[in-house]
Amino acid sequence: MVKTLSEKLAILSDAARYDASCASSGGTKRGSRDGSGLGSNEGSGICHAYTPDGRCISLLKILMTNFCIYDCAYCVNRVSSNTTRARFTPEEVVSLTIEFYRRNYIEGLFLSSGIIQSPDKTMEDMVQIARLLRTRENFRGYIHLKTIPDAAPELIAQAGLYADRLSINVELPTEAAVAAYAPEKNPATIRAAMNDVKAGRAASKDRSHTGKRPPKFAPAGQSTQMIVGADGSNDATILGQANSLYGSFGLKRVYYSAFSPIPDSSAKLPLVQPPLVREHRLYQADWLLRFYGFSVDEITSVTNAGNLDLEMDPKLAWAIAHRGLFPVDVQSAPREMLLRVPGFGVKTVNRILGTRRQRGLRYADLQRMGALLKKARPFISLRDWSPGKLVDTADLRARFAPPPEQLSLF
Amino acid sequence: MRTVALPRINTAQAWREAARGLLAGGTRPEDVLWSFDDPAQVDLFAAPPPEISAPATARVPKSFVDMANRVAWHSGDDRFARLYAFLWRLRDRPALMQDRGDAQLAHLRAMEKNVNRCAHKMKAFVRFRDLAADGPRRRFAAWFEPTHHTVEPTAQFFARRFGDMDWVIVTPDVTAHFRDGNLSFAPGNARPDLPEDATEELWGTYFCNIFNPARVKVQAMTSEMPKKYWKNMPETRHIPQLLANAEARAREMQAAAPTLPPLRAERISAGLADMRAVATRDSLDSVHTQIRACTRCALCGPATQAVPGEGPRDAALMVVGEQPGDTEDRVGRPFVGPAGQMFDRIAAQAGLARDQAYVTNAVKHFKFQQRGKRRMHEPAHKSEVMHCKWWLEAEVALVKPKLIVAMGGTALLALTGTKEGILKRRGQIEETAHGPVLATVHPSYLLRLPDEDARETYTALFRQDLEKAAEYVSQVA
Repeated sequence: MVKTLSEKLAILSDAARYDASCASSGGTKRGSRDGSGLGSNEGSGICHAYTPDGRCISLLKILMTNFCIYDCAYCVNRVSSNTTRARFTPEEVVSLTIEFYRRNYIEGLFLSSGIIQSPDKTMEDMVQIARLLRTRENFRGYIHLKTIPDAAPELIAQAGLYADRLSINVELPTEAAVAAYAPEKNPATIRAAMNDVKAGRAASKDRSHTGKRPPKFAPAGQSTQMIVGADGSNDATILGQANSLYGSFGLKRVYYSAFSPIPDSSAKLPLVQPPLVREHRLYQADWLLRFYGFSVDEITSVTNAGNLDLEMDPKLAWAIAHRGLFPVDVQSAPREMLLRVPGFGVKTVNRILGTRRQRGLRYADLQRMGALLKKARPFISLRDWSPGKLVDTADLRARFAPPPEQLSLF
Repeated sequence: MRTVALPRINTAQAWREAARGLLAGGTRPEDVLWSFDDPAQVDLFAAPPPEISAPATARVPKSFVDMANRVAWHSGDDRFARLYAFLWRLRDRPALMQDRGDAQLAHLRAMEKNVNRCAHKMKAFVRFRDLAADGPRRRFAAWFEPTHHTVEPTAQFFARRFGDMDWVIVTPDVTAHFRDGNLSFAPGNARPDLPEDATEELWGTYFCNIFNPARVKVQAMTSEMPKKYWKNMPETRHIPQLLANAEARAREMQAAAPTLPPLRAERISAGLADMRAVATRDSLDSVHTQIRACTRCALCGPATQAVPGEGPRDAALMVVGEQPGDTEDRVGRPFVGPAGQMFDRIAAQAGLARDQAYVTNAVKHFKFQQRGKRRMHEPAHKSEVMHCKWWLEAEVALVKPKLIVAMGGTALLALTGTKEGILKRRGQIEETAHGPVLATVHPSYLLRLPDEDARETYTALFRQDLEKAAEYVSQVA
């Protein structure tokens, strides 16, 4: 039976929704003001709509096909699943992207795929779509291609020339978990592919001896995704893995995706869904690693059996465990220490540094600078504010933790 | 009292020119009445507009100009007065722009943020409909209701983005036309009657199917996509339906018993397994393949790849290093990093042909500690060396070298069981279960010696050791 475009779109977007990444930021600045093409990219991404699951729609996120020869337990498209299958032709993907883009529904295309025939064949088709968009349609919007593990490096090199961002999912935090749940995937080849992309990006920045620049290669970098809660790994393992990915392959982002039940799920998987707040805490810890100067050891030192506190954010948990360092004198503390105050973000800290060069700070100033004083109060001192014994009180944790809840009888 | 009337179109530019004139005339903020696009509202006691003889200039920080260019589009009635009052203070205190605790500046920054947010939401939520025009350029139109006067500052964005089509954005405030590459503005209009567009159906289908019913976060949606925008966005009409069914759909997914795999699954999986079981040409190849897939210890996790040995399969000399470094880990070949290059250089001086030797490492994965963006080498533990010895022994057994050169403590530990007293043992040939082993230091040791003289001494000794190895091999062969 031949499926209509609408039916295919329903099946293949349904299959793509477990990819958390939808970012359209980074990339080269370009536009079509001269009328020679369609689309622009201005560096910062735009979220064009939000679905009731709180995730944004920035890119048209679809699979080229959900036929797949692999049997990964957590995936709705695995070969042993009875989900309905469909396949787009390259022309259909191109026309959907262009028509949606012209109506300002999307920033561009996020194309992923199940693996058909062979990894190389699949990757070739995906590169073909990107090429049509860029060369025939003169499309200047964002393209994010999911690279297929085990595809030939030449194809990945081609993909990097058309796409803004490349990504490949490590899926699970440990080798053992990958072997158990995704037996056909090989973590070593996934890492090798990330390494290739990193090398390609580095090579594209080298000028030749005449000063000529090589073509841009995946200018918005690469990202990856880890599923949280499908295997038994704790948060310390996940963060350690993320940190080494950031360091080794210069990833722009690691996405954490709380394992969510899928239609027609495999008997191998746990039926309990991890709390969504766990995913949130991991993102907070990830930010502390990248922008606040925390090390993995510092964050995991205050965890309970390697798992982050679900009741409060990791920075607050760290501050409560290290009260000896507080209160911090906002007027004179160094930047590194200000970044460790709960309730102070990077922007707030920059504003404090800018203002305190001019004059002395007061409590009301911090309010205007966007600090969350309810959180910061016990940990700071100013000329008109002192926390007194607040930072040493025994019930400091209880002030921030949500009130205890009575268990339901029913 | 002076009244300054500002137009609806080109407001920011008009405010700047007026403010410049007022500042040059020394008019205090309390003596100015600002009116916006409203000729009827004129102060009865207004003085005539100031006569400006000389071209008025005023120097202010660039950050103020950028801020004023945004705040001027705010919908608050007091925006022009607040800007001018702040500008008045800024005349002799330009550093005020850096003072984020200042109440007036904080208020202006908040207004700027509102305008920026409104402009951003306009970029996101304008929805074009196809006017199905025949001609070389396609034509689209949209109806939008912004909170602030953001059509004019945001229209440039649409011009950059949709350069190859004609479009019009109609709002109650201002209407932006883009035709044949020319952007123009006209006063606002009432909601036009736009033709139906079939692509909206497809878009709705996408919106419904990209939603995951197992995770509902309504507040996360409404905080970023406030309800005031919903009425002009075609996809939002599906939201009530999606929310109503979400819980039941998620429960259903969890409750559904696992199904039997379809018939073709078994066939495909079997075919895939056949494809993977590639026949190996000889056993050294197979050992290398197995090394690349090794997960015997924890080092395989963070490293990029395992690095097996390299060289002739019947080499008389085998050189064993410590472990791959950062470069080797990325490239996947042994002895290509700084220490490897040093080895190559000294080996050449010692008359030892590198391409005649089989070079490998005692540990096959790179062990490191992440420090910021750098991966700092870390020595392998004894247990890791012992785990990896399995592979080294397999390589030794297959290559059958006449002599093994063990460079550094780790190699010595793997081949002789102990790394104690390396500086005393270096230069001597020891008989081991793997055959004769010549101990020496690792080239990275030479790279790290801080003292120039010591480095020269030990480099010479290292060269002697390699000469000895070359001599031994030529005698045995």
